[in-house]
Amino acid sequence: MTRTLIKGNEVITEAAIAAGCRFYAGYPITPQNEITSSMARRMPEAGGTFIQAESEIAAINLCFGAALAGARVLTSTSSPGFSLMQEAVSYMAACEIPCVLVNVMRGGPGLGNIQPSQADYFQAVKGGGHGDYRCLVLAPATVEEAYNFTQLAFELAGKYRSPVILLADGLLGQLMEPVDLVPRPQAPSPDRSWILDGAKGREARLIRSLLMVDGELEIHNYHLAEKYRAMAKEVRFELDRQEDAELLVVAYGTSSRVAKAAVREARASGMKVDLLRPMTLWPFPSEAVRVAAQRAGRVLVVEMSMGQMVEDVRLAVEGSVPVEFFGRPGGAMPTPGEIRMAMDWVPGKKAKICADFQIEKNDIEIGTIPTSFKDVSKGRSA
Amino acid sequence: MKLVNPCPEALTDVPMTYCSGCGHGLAHRLVAEVLDELEVREKTVGVAPVGCAVFAYDYWNFDVTEAPHGRTPCVAAGIKRVLPDRVVFSYQGDGDLASIGMSEIVHTANRGENITVVFINNANYGMTGGQMAPTTPLGMKTSTTPLGRSTGEGHPIRVPELLNALEAPVYLDRQSLHDPAHVRKAKASLKRAFQIQIQGKGFTLVELLSACPANWGMTPVDAMKWVKEQMIKTFPLGVVRDKS
Repeated sequence: MTRTLIKGNEVITEAAIAAGCRFYAGYPITPQNEITSSMARRMPEAGGTFIQAESEIAAINLCFGAALAGARVLTSTSSPGFSLMQEAVSYMAACEIPCVLVNVMRGGPGLGNIQPSQADYFQAVKGGGHGDYRCLVLAPATVEEAYNFTQLAFELAGKYRSPVILLADGLLGQLMEPVDLVPRPQAPSPDRSWILDGAKGREARLIRSLLMVDGELEIHNYHLAEKYRAMAKEVRFELDRQEDAELLVVAYGTSSRVAKAAVREARASGMKVDLLRPMTLWPFPSEAVRVAAQRAGRVLVVEMSMGQMVEDVRLAVEGSVPVEFFGRPGGAMPTPGEIRMAMDWVPGKKAKICADFQIEKNDIEIGTIPTSFKDVSKGRSA
Repeated sequence: MKLVNPCPEALTDVPMTYCSGCGHGLAHRLVAEVLDELEVREKTVGVAPVGCAVFAYDYWNFDVTEAPHGRTPCVAAGIKRVLPDRVVFSYQGDGDLASIGMSEIVHTANRGENITVVFINNANYGMTGGQMAPTTPLGMKTSTTPLGRSTGEGHPIRVPELLNALEAPVYLDRQSLHDPAHVRKAKASLKRAFQIQIQGKGFTLVELLSACPANWGMTPVDAMKWVKEQMIKTFPLGVVRDKS
């Protein structure tokens, strides 16, 4: 057993190589640079190809070519770079090309900052590029899970011939934790009956997304939709239950770790709280969220954004129970204390959440909140 | 009776949908003939661009993939890195290669990727109805330069000469498809480029001047004449680099 103290970013490289990935192309961007640099070292050792591309656009299109030639491929980036990759993600979804993409999210919008964030949830889960498509989205919360999920991502990408997104954040990328680097059993070689490697002794093959014949594109979209429906069985989540829970907290990735600390504290003070952590963001564990939410009677969603996954939670519960939100945007991290206080919110009363709530509690470290921010938060919680 | 000039094996025997006098049909056939002569049809993977030639895959009888607009050389390089013993080429128009894909072509050439690029220069965006391309000669009227291209709208870009500033490219050439003699020369250049790739020597690019009568508002005959008498003035023919 090789228990190793390793960074989240670096563990992704090790996991990719363990999963049979032999092609990586990437472009430097913080806070994911350790993936690119460790790939530069490890890929040649593993007999694979490493390319420092001229842009994220080039990186993902190099992966596009390598994948359609039959290689297991990975590219990694952080938020602004992920935006640049969306064109090719749409093409890959349309052409049914397997690829693993890592987005180590940083604060946005725009160039934002290099702090951890969860503000690319919509982009990863709802599409990101143009057209009707979905990507499987895995959200690790620990370095060990990043190791396992990266390998799982290759398995799923091959199985469904589809891009799979590993959605991490700057904290997880930079965090060092001990991990048993024991590879999962490598996924069986995926179907290669579609790859382009020269039409020797067979009919020539074609990969395209341009379907101009009347009705052809509609049929292709039904085919893709069928595949996306089949992906529903890949849903994964962790539910930490208590008897007679009076509140359900929903959080994923890094914010779920902070929420866990808050839940522990609440339980110690006698509060009955469930914690549900989606491990797949698409497919979203809607059924599990609905059942747990209705049992608890109220829900608090915690994210490092102004509220994105909360929309999927609300869709899941369909208005049956109140859902409140606590988030810190722009690369800020919530503290357990903040979440703990947000948990005391009682339905029917004025919601004491977010910055509004923070302003009333000066004992909480929140930094400086601009006046405009106060106004916005008061407006929305009134 | 013997058919003296049969359809190449690497070409699908179907009617092409290109406009009268368009150079794409010729260029597709030349690529097919060259691949057959080099006996590499069964180990070739082509990358079709976005633009008129996106339909190239309907006419070629070997493996072909589409690529996002301008990313064509990246996709080709990705394939070649995984399958270094296959013959891989990108086929790109002037908008795909010299406008939206300028970054990709320069860096692919600069890394010396061992692929061949077939670059069709018809001085305009054909597929979208005749807008200015980065290769539109000065003074030429297009739907987005109704008064003729002025210098303020950019000078026509000479791609082989531009790539000649880089160390890595092995073969850079420009030929034309305006008459049979030049078509034969164009074929010889394409063959040379593919041979260099097969020998593993590195990046090759052949630009082909190609008529677009439909968007130029000319008859096919006048369009060929315009290539010969006008276009070549902006884009001189010949090998720009051969360090094979």
